[in-house]
Amino acid sequence: MSSVRGQGVPDPEHALHLLRQMLRVRRLEEKCIELYSAAKIRGFLHVYIGEEAVAAGVMGALAPEDAVVATYREHGHALLRGVSAGSILAEMYGHAEGCCRGRGGSMHLFDAATRFYGGNAIVAGGLPLAVGLALADRMAGRQRVTVCFFGEGAVAEGEFHESMNLAALWQLPVLFCCENNLYAMGTALGRSESQTDIALKAAGYEMPAWAVDGMDVLAVEQAARRAVDGVRSGGGPHFLELRTYRFRAHSMFDPELYREKSEVAQWMERDPIRLLQSVLEAAGQLPQKQWAALQEDVDAEISTAVGFAEAGTPEPVSELARFVYSDTADGGNPGTDSSAGHGAGKEGARKEGGAG
Amino acid sequence: MKTTYREATRAALRDALQRDDRVFLMGEDVGRYGGSFAVSLGLLEEFGPERIRDTPLSESGFVGAGIGAALGGMRPIVEIMTVNFSLLALDQIINNAATLLHMSGGQFNVPIVIRMTTGAGRQLGAQHSHSLEGWYAHIPGLRILAPATLADARGMLWTALQDPDPVLIFEHGSLYNVAGELDDDAGAVDIDRAAVLRQGDDLTLITYGGTLPMVLEAAEQLAADGIEADVIDLRTLRPLDGAAILASVGRTHRAVVVDEGWRSGSISAEIAARISEGAFFDLDAPVERVCSLEVPVPYAKHLEQAALPSVERVVAAARRAAGSS
Repeated sequence: MSSVRGQGVPDPEHALHLLRQMLRVRRLEEKCIELYSAAKIRGFLHVYIGEEAVAAGVMGALAPEDAVVATYREHGHALLRGVSAGSILAEMYGHAEGCCRGRGGSMHLFDAATRFYGGNAIVAGGLPLAVGLALADRMAGRQRVTVCFFGEGAVAEGEFHESMNLAALWQLPVLFCCENNLYAMGTALGRSESQTDIALKAAGYEMPAWAVDGMDVLAVEQAARRAVDGVRSGGGPHFLELRTYRFRAHSMFDPELYREKSEVAQWMERDPIRLLQSVLEAAGQLPQKQWAALQEDVDAEISTAVGFAEAGTPEPVSELARFVYSDTADGGNPGTDSSAGHGAGKEGARKEGGAG
Repeated sequence: MKTTYREATRAALRDALQRDDRVFLMGEDVGRYGGSFAVSLGLLEEFGPERIRDTPLSESGFVGAGIGAALGGMRPIVEIMTVNFSLLALDQIINNAATLLHMSGGQFNVPIVIRMTTGAGRQLGAQHSHSLEGWYAHIPGLRILAPATLADARGMLWTALQDPDPVLIFEHGSLYNVAGELDDDAGAVDIDRAAVLRQGDDLTLITYGGTLPMVLEAAEQLAADGIEADVIDLRTLRPLDGAAILASVGRTHRAVVVDEGWRSGSISAEIAARISEGAFFDLDAPVERVCSLEVPVPYAKHLEQAALPSVERVVAAARRAAGSS
């Protein structure tokens, strides 16, 4: 598959699918901002607008049995992993129909059915979890991949380095995806790292690592497929630095004093959605009618999701104390394996600790 | 059979590793070295390097990896050399292990067991001697165990591994060499209830972990003077067995709490508060507390001993409570 820089794409149908995936994230988050302004959603809200090509490209390279660990800027990852827009929005509403029954909110989306392990709001705190999920797969002899997303801000944390070392030392099936959007909240990469070449840092841990244009969804997908194949075939951890940019503020409380409007405008010239759209249009691969229909579809999905969230019911206060400990001591919690004594790597059903 | 706390802990590990293939032990120097306190000595040869997994010095990394492995269907036992080192893994223990079930609306429980050494008395100075289990007992989502007897060293681990949620086990460093008799068929024990290890009607001595032998000795001295004490071994610091405490104090009307942690904001403060909430009108004397002095634990033997609870301090507090000082 070629990059979007070429003249058209060899598989326009697949490109259209990626375009749709990016647009779904964009429209969902535009709606989130609107609902936040209307005070329907509270707490912190971190949108991914501008970075959609990363989640769209990487998710497309995964299999259903793989696992995903993400950050607090994870609405797009959850949606593209298969969590419904309705349950995401209902979660932000604090409703019982939300994917975490109102206990997580925007920053803590989880979903056992799609093996989506959050929604982690401690920067770099998700990396050790990804290492452990991969360790479990290795010990059980499963050919699954765990993908871990984190921002470039995480690279300054000790947990980043501890996790990189453990994953490489034990040759675990993890794909590290560093979403380098150049700012850790308001701190520019050059103001926080002595070495700003992040892929080079990863290579120092003896794992295959390379940088990718994170605004080019086809390039991201191509790189992700290569990396996922490498991990799945026993090549140990791989690392992608996805160079991207956040178009909006860090959160809803950010006056953006730390960057120039001209810089933002320059990056918006490379809006991942418009980039792919224009390549397809220029090559005659996206008729106006098809583009209009696609937008209509996505708008309808988001509109239905808002309706679902609006119609939801607040998680009852009587349920507040649930899920601090599992409901029953014998493993009655959905994610608990109560069976014992079967072998790692042996045949037979192995219900997971956390995956229902 | 004759055994030690160290051997009983090792027997518990071996038993768990034999019974459940999902169980593995991970930590610094648990394998080749044999465990920094020799608890896991010989297990590497028996179970191999995958299941007796030496880790780099990365407390946050390998504790987090244990949490991830638990999410992925394993039953990890993670060993941290001392409670002081566990502070490097606080993010994973408190922000992840204790919260994931709740944040995920009940979808992701974390069946991990984390063992660590706690406590002073061996002249190891302020970075290897603190008793911070009371801090951990503050955190909803965790279960906190403090085995003080051979039976609990042998029996708590298996029960902890059956718990679907994170369990932290605190082993006081001064207990490893304690020797005694253990039933040949000793096995799993409950991890919900406190135990009354000695009965008396005059006052209640409440403790756990490393100070239990000292409290039993104090009870012996008090008995020689005609003061008979109930001795409660809390065993589990969270959830606290408040009913056992109140039942005893309701009968004896006097209580002394002995805790190697510092006094301010401690588990002893929590126990005293519960007694005052639940047995205020039963009390004949103020609740007494014997805790460590509020200094970082010093190296020199005479300074360290002066900082820690002692039989003498427990006896003196008990006499005050009993009105016979």
